[in-house]
Amino acid sequence: MPSYVDPSKCDGCKGGDKTACMYICPNDLMVLNVEEMRAYNQEPDACWECYSCVKICPQGAIAVRGYDDFVPLGGQVHPMRSSDSIMWTVKFRNGNVKRFKFPIRTTAEGAANEYAGEKGANLDDECLLLESDLPTPTKLA
Amino acid sequence: MALPNKPRGEIAAVVDPEVVEHSCDILIVGGGMAACGAAFEIKKWADDSLKIILCDKAAMERSGAVAQGLSAINTYIGENAIEDYVKMVRNDLMGVVREDLIYDLGRHVDESVKLFEEWGLPVWKKDADGNNLDGAKPAPTLREGGTPVRTGKWQIMINGESYKCIVAEPAKKALGEENCMERIFIVKMLLDKNLDNTIAGAVGFSTRENKVHVFTCKAALVACGGAVNIFRPRSTGEGKGRAWYPVWNAGSTYTMCAQVGATLTMMENRFTPARFKDGYGPVGAWFLLFKAKVQNGLGEFYAGSDAAKEELKNYMPYGASAVTPTCLRNHLMVNEFKAGRGPIYMATDVALNAFLDEKREQGMSEKDIKKFWKHLESEAWEDFLDMSVGQAGLWAGMNIEPEKTGSEIMPTEPYMLGSHSGCCGIWTSGPMEDWVPEVDGPRSHQYKWGYNRMTTVDGLFTAGDGVGASGHKFSSGSHAEGRIVAKQMVKYCRDKTHTPEIAQSAQELADEIYAPVKLYHEHVGATTHQDVNPNYVKPSGLMMRLMKATDEYGGGVATYYMTSGKLLGICMDLLRLLREDAEKMAAGDLHELLRAWENYHRIWCVEAHIRHIQFREESRYPGFYYRSDFPTCDDENWKCFVNSTYDPKAGEWKCEKVECINIIETDPWL
Repeated sequence: MPSYVDPSKCDGCKGGDKTACMYICPNDLMVLNVEEMRAYNQEPDACWECYSCVKICPQGAIAVRGYDDFVPLGGQVHPMRSSDSIMWTVKFRNGNVKRFKFPIRTTAEGAANEYAGEKGANLDDECLLLESDLPTPTKLA
Repeated sequence: MALPNKPRGEIAAVVDPEVVEHSCDILIVGGGMAACGAAFEIKKWADDSLKIILCDKAAMERSGAVAQGLSAINTYIGENAIEDYVKMVRNDLMGVVREDLIYDLGRHVDESVKLFEEWGLPVWKKDADGNNLDGAKPAPTLREGGTPVRTGKWQIMINGESYKCIVAEPAKKALGEENCMERIFIVKMLLDKNLDNTIAGAVGFSTRENKVHVFTCKAALVACGGAVNIFRPRSTGEGKGRAWYPVWNAGSTYTMCAQVGATLTMMENRFTPARFKDGYGPVGAWFLLFKAKVQNGLGEFYAGSDAAKEELKNYMPYGASAVTPTCLRNHLMVNEFKAGRGPIYMATDVALNAFLDEKREQGMSEKDIKKFWKHLESEAWEDFLDMSVGQAGLWAGMNIEPEKTGSEIMPTEPYMLGSHSGCCGIWTSGPMEDWVPEVDGPRSHQYKWGYNRMTTVDGLFTAGDGVGASGHKFSSGSHAEGRIVAKQMVKYCRDKTHTPEIAQSAQELADEIYAPVKLYHEHVGATTHQDVNPNYVKPSGLMMRLMKATDEYGGGVATYYMTSGKLLGICMDLLRLLREDAEKMAAGDLHELLRAWENYHRIWCVEAHIRHIQFREESRYPGFYYRSDFPTCDDENWKCFVNSTYDPKAGEWKCEKVECINIIETDPWL
C-alpha cells in the first residue's frame, strides 16, 4: 500500500503545526485527519515506497506493506534511522531475518558548511565558487 | 454512511482562494538536486539587494529524484579526461548531443561531489590493500586525494541514504530558510507584458491552504525533473507507484518552458531502463561492481553471443564501444523477448559465488570467507536499501536470496528525462567561450547567446532534467548545472535594467489555476458519486486515459516499443481530444488540484514527445522505441537535432532539423 499507519501508535503529531509524515512526503500522500488525530496515506497507488514517512515518524507508527499487485504477503523491510546510521531489518515471507547497518552521514545534522558570506571573484567568467583555471577542451574535432 | 458525492481529500478546495503577490529578482522553481545547487551557489554572486525565492512542491529535505537516496554517484570525472566523458555520453546517446554542454558539465561536476563529501555524504574509499571501505571509515577525502571505489569508469559508490537531506541542508541555509517556500506548486511561467520573448514571473498554488501565489521576477530557473506516468506502466494497480523514476515528476519542466516559447530539443528521446522486474531496483552495481551477467530463458548469456555482436554491427560506430550504448543493450534484450527466449535473468547467484570461489582459490580460510561474504552480502542489499527499498521488499516477499537464485530483469515503461541515460529537454545556450561553435540563424540553431543554460526565452533558465541533448549528468551533474545557472542568473539581473510586468492580472491567473475547483463545485451535485459525473473528469481517470493512448499507439510496452507514422497519427488525435477534455478536469480538494495540474503538464510534454518521433523519420534509439516504417538508424539524413518551438501568440508548433556539431575529435570516435 505501500506505507500504512498503525492507529495505536500514531498521535497525529499531537496536532502540532507540522505533522511529520505530511511534512516530508515527496508526493503529497500522507495527510492528517483532524477529527481522528491520525494520519493516513491518501493515494496508495501513487506511493514510491521511498520510506521518507517511515523514517521520519517520531512514534514509529508507519510501516510498508508491499504492493498488492506483485508482492506476496509476509515479508517486511523496516528501518531504524539515527543521526549517523540506519539499521534495516529484512523479514522474509519464510520467517528468515537479516539485518544490515549502514552509515548515512559523517557530520552532525546542521553542520554542513554553506560558505556563508563567501563571494566569487568575477561574474563574467565561468568559474564557480572555489574554482579557478577552468580547462577548455583539447583533442578537438 | 454518506453518499460519496463530496471531496475525498482532507483539505477541501474553495472557489475563491486568497491571492498572494510576490515580487523578486530571481525565482527558483523546483527543489531537487539542480535547484539545491542553484540555492547553494547563488548568494556567492548576488549581493543582498537581490531578492531570491525558491518554490518546491514538496519538502527540500526529501524532494526530487534523490529523495529516497542513492547508492552511487554516477558522474565523477576524477582521474579521467573530460574529453573522454564527452565521448562516452556522445556514443551512449547515439551521436546526437551538445558536446559544449557536456564538456562544460564535466569541468564543474567534481567540485559538487567534493562539497557533498565535505557536507557529510559518506563516500566509499579504497584502502592501501585495495579493499573497499564504507564512507564512515577514516580515509583521505576526495579533496585530499582519497581513492573512491569506482564501479564503472565514471561511477563511485556512496552510502547515500541521506544524500538529499545532506545536499538540501546547506542549500536552504545559503539561500535563507525564509526564502524557501515549500508545498507551493508552480504551474505556469509568465511572459512580460512589454518585452518580447522575456520572462516576467510565474504562478502556482499552495497544496496546504487555499492560496494562489503570483510571482514577478526578472530571471527564473525551472528545474522540476523529468516525466513519469506518461506511458502505461507494467504494474497498473498499487504498483503503479513503483515507477523507476520518481512518480512525482510530471513533465512540468518541459511543459512550463515550452508554453512560453522555449525551444525544445530531442524530445523524441526517452529512457526505458532495463531494471529488476516489478521492484525496479537498480542494475548498475550488479553489472559493474558485482560483474553479473544476464541470461535468457535458455540459460544463454546472449549479450556476448556472436549473434549479438553481428546485430550491433548494424549500428556503427555506436555498437562498437566496449560498453554498449544503453538503448542497444535494451535492443538485444527486446529481441530475446520477442523471439520467446524470456525471461531474462540477472545471474546474481553466479556473480556472488564467483567472488567466493576466487577467494577460495587465493587460499582464504573458510572463516575469513564467511566474513568476506557478510561484507559482500551487505553491499548487495545496500544497493537496494539506499535507493529502491521496494525491490528489497519484493525479495523479502518472494524469499529471494541473491546468492541462491537470480532475479528477472525487464525493460520498463518509457520515461522522459535529460539527466540520466536520456537527453530530451530544452535547447539552451552553452558557455560564452571561443571553443563553443558560432552558428548563424535564430537561437533555436545557435549554441550560445549570452548566458550559459539560458533557454531561447530571455531570463528563463533550466538545469538537470531540463537541459536537453546532454545526458549522463545524474545527481552530481544536475547539482553542478544548478550552480552554473545560479551565477548566470545573477549576471543576467546585473545586465538587465527593465522592471518585469506580467501581462495578466493576478485574479485572472487565480481563476485559471482554480478552474478545476470551480467546475467541481458547479457540478458535483448532479450525481450521487463525485467521481462519476457527465460534466467533468477526475485527474486519476484522465491520467489512465493518457497512459493507455501512449502505450497502445506511441510505442509503449504493449507493442514492445514499436510504433509507426500511422499509429503516431492516431496517438496525436487522441491527445488532442485529451487536451480538450483536460479543460474539464475537476478537483474537490487541494491534492486533486495538484494532480489536475500535473496532468496538464504530462499531456503537453507527451504531445511534444510524439510530435518529435513523428518528425524524425528513422529509429535513432532501437530498444527505446522503433518506427516500423523507418526501422533503421539513418545517420546520413538524421544525425541532427530535432528542435521544436511553440509560438504562444499563434498557438502553433514548428519542428525543424538543427545541425549537430562535433567539438571533440571523432577519430578515434572513442
